[in-house]
Amino acid sequence: MPPRLPTAAHARLRDEIGSVDQVGIEERVAKFTTRSIKKQAKVWGLKMAVSMTDLTTLEGKDTPGKIESLCQKALRPIEDPSVPTVAAVCVYPAMVKKAKSLVDGSKVKVASVATAFPSGQTNIRTRLAEVRSAVADGADEIDMVINRGAFLAGEFSRVEDEIAEVVEACGAAVLKVILEVSELETYDNIRAASFLAMGAIRAGDFIKTSTGKTTLNATLGNNQVMIEAIRDFYLDTGIPIGMKPAGGIKTAKQSLQFLIAVKETLGDAWLTPKRYRFGASSLLNDLLRQLEKERTGAYQAPYSFSDATDSY
Amino acid sequence: MAKPPKPTRASPARLIFGDLWEYDPAPETADPKLRARYELFINGEFVRPKAGKYFDSINPATERKLAEIALAGPADVDAAYRAATGAFKAWAALPGRERGKYLFRIARLLQDRAREFAVAETLDGGKPIKESRDFDVPMAAAHFFYHAGWADKLEYVAPGRTVAPVGVVGQVIPWNFPLLMLAWKLAPALAMGNCVVLKPAETTSITALKLAEILQDAGLPPGVVNFVTGAAATGAAVMGHPAAAKVAFTGSTEVGKAIMRQLAGTDRRMTMELGGKAANIVFDDAPLDQAVEGIVNGIFFNQGHVCCAGSRLLVQEGVAERVIAKLKARIRMLRVGDPLDKNTDLGAINSKAQLSTIRRLVAAGVREGATIYQPPVKLPEKGYYYPPTLFTHVTQSHRVAREEIFGPVLAILTFRTVDEAIEKANNTAYGLSAGVWTDKGSRILRMSTELKAGVVWANTFNRFDPASPFGGYKESGFGREGGRQGLLDYTSHA
Repeated sequence: MPPRLPTAAHARLRDEIGSVDQVGIEERVAKFTTRSIKKQAKVWGLKMAVSMTDLTTLEGKDTPGKIESLCQKALRPIEDPSVPTVAAVCVYPAMVKKAKSLVDGSKVKVASVATAFPSGQTNIRTRLAEVRSAVADGADEIDMVINRGAFLAGEFSRVEDEIAEVVEACGAAVLKVILEVSELETYDNIRAASFLAMGAIRAGDFIKTSTGKTTLNATLGNNQVMIEAIRDFYLDTGIPIGMKPAGGIKTAKQSLQFLIAVKETLGDAWLTPKRYRFGASSLLNDLLRQLEKERTGAYQAPYSFSDATDSY
Repeated sequence: MAKPPKPTRASPARLIFGDLWEYDPAPETADPKLRARYELFINGEFVRPKAGKYFDSINPATERKLAEIALAGPADVDAAYRAATGAFKAWAALPGRERGKYLFRIARLLQDRAREFAVAETLDGGKPIKESRDFDVPMAAAHFFYHAGWADKLEYVAPGRTVAPVGVVGQVIPWNFPLLMLAWKLAPALAMGNCVVLKPAETTSITALKLAEILQDAGLPPGVVNFVTGAAATGAAVMGHPAAAKVAFTGSTEVGKAIMRQLAGTDRRMTMELGGKAANIVFDDAPLDQAVEGIVNGIFFNQGHVCCAGSRLLVQEGVAERVIAKLKARIRMLRVGDPLDKNTDLGAINSKAQLSTIRRLVAAGVREGATIYQPPVKLPEKGYYYPPTLFTHVTQSHRVAREEIFGPVLAILTFRTVDEAIEKANNTAYGLSAGVWTDKGSRILRMSTELKAGVVWANTFNRFDPASPFGGYKESGFGREGGRQGLLDYTSHA
């Protein structure tokens, strides 16, 4: 065996998991956008997307009042009782207690970003403490960020060890590992980081595209790289990992295209909020608007839906 | 790298591609504006065939009659050549920019009626609407636009030499891309100042005759383009007519050879775009999921009715098992059925005759000991359909590896080294196209020079552009279509 140079870490991992061709994968996902979803299939997809939404507010100006309106919307998106609740509300750790008090006893989970979101640039002790306190306050799910600096420097074991420590700190809470794809830049890096994360988390945990705090967030391209990684990892190990694209999915049409990608890549077992989520805020009202259009045959004015949530 | 030990599992993990979320039918509803009967298009007008005979055009997806098409006899072909010869002098004398205006007009009118043409093409030929909508019609328009741009710049086609049109050109085109092949033939001929007598394929004449309406609307001078419809006898009359200065043929190698025999000893210029049995070569360092996608595009595009289809997959032994597993999983996702449904990936086989050719060659593959795989698909009861098909354990001597099947059937072979890949890829009578999948740039360059194929795609397949010349080696023919090289084939040099 030749000496294992630390600088060759990326090449070695790519050798093991395979590479991604940018042009090819973008052609692949372009085909998902030409699928035509009509009638009952459309209604089913829209309702599935509602049930997969992590309704999110992550702003410095968040207040208990804002959290209250977010949670009410999550519990009852619209009067129509056939429309499901969303999967979770996603808030900063300071808002977890308030959110939990509002949704406790319902199907809606409380997710909290932790680990010095969005940059992760603080020491591991502080990040772990933040996770523990969010869980103690009642968070059902934790959205962590990976150490992108360590990843890009080729310190893979550090990235994995940190994720493993967060897993431990989570206890029973579900973990979602944010790769922050725009900072990884290449599809090869996104695939590599997906495998590192999946190797450290548990069945039923998630990998997630982005924080929503950088310029480029979830796209069909990076979603595809990650769900193909999930597929390959599952076929290899039998461990099912969930997926959460976040940021940038604003329209119902986009969300259906992501679901088509899931259906045609991972299959039926991933068409559930247990294994697929949308991190979004303004998406929900567009889903509701399209559902009302299918129900009544006419588009309703935007103001007829509560809470214009256009942040995140 | 520290990795947790992989858990052992009782049963292998399996993905479920079931019916949890079935797509509802999504038919394209634009009106194709078909006529009940199509006449010949001679001297700018629709005229009855002299013998008064017609044949039926069938929708291969439903086996129902779409329209009646005029059957051109020798007298009609004669009339078409007379019209073309009569129109040639004035057309060739027009300044290039004036001819360019007509081509721009044709391109724009085709774009205006794109959906209508796409539906007509799908009804007549059986190809999925998403392909006629996103590929055939826009590419046909692109060819007219591209050559419109050349029409006033012909002095740059062959710098230092004076170029002139060759005269009246006889053209015969196939049924796999009826409108697009027509554009490939018409656009360069017209840009250069030639006049045309063209015969569309017997099973797919409708979009050519719809294009004749556009030629009328564009005010193209009568006689510059003439369409005569019919079967093999009409084609032979078009190819053999003494008034043709050049013939251009796209179709099977067998018919191409017959035409060359027919014209041997004459001064007729020829270009031939014939069959193929392209190798799609996957090396072990290729991005496998994208390679699989390219393999699928290569062989299942247009039901495999593509002369440059990647019908032989050569995969390096180390990754063969994984590539085949991924390929099997991928083709289970292909939706076979109603070509007018926007979600259909594989439409109908073009004709009953072609369906039986495919069945015959697949049966030969099974008989000769190759292993067949077809995903579970439910084919419509009426119409000509064939499921996507893989053959593994294929060797160079199997018929499915040697003969052009022209259907959704892929023969999979393996190789060990670069040299062996090149040897196997070139071990064919054909030489139209090839594909190379690898992360290594230098290997792509080497392969592109050593593969005896007119087109070599690297990390992609079945990509076309009007600016890029297309044509074959060996029994795949000679001459080029597209680009500057394509124009040269419609040029006489002084």
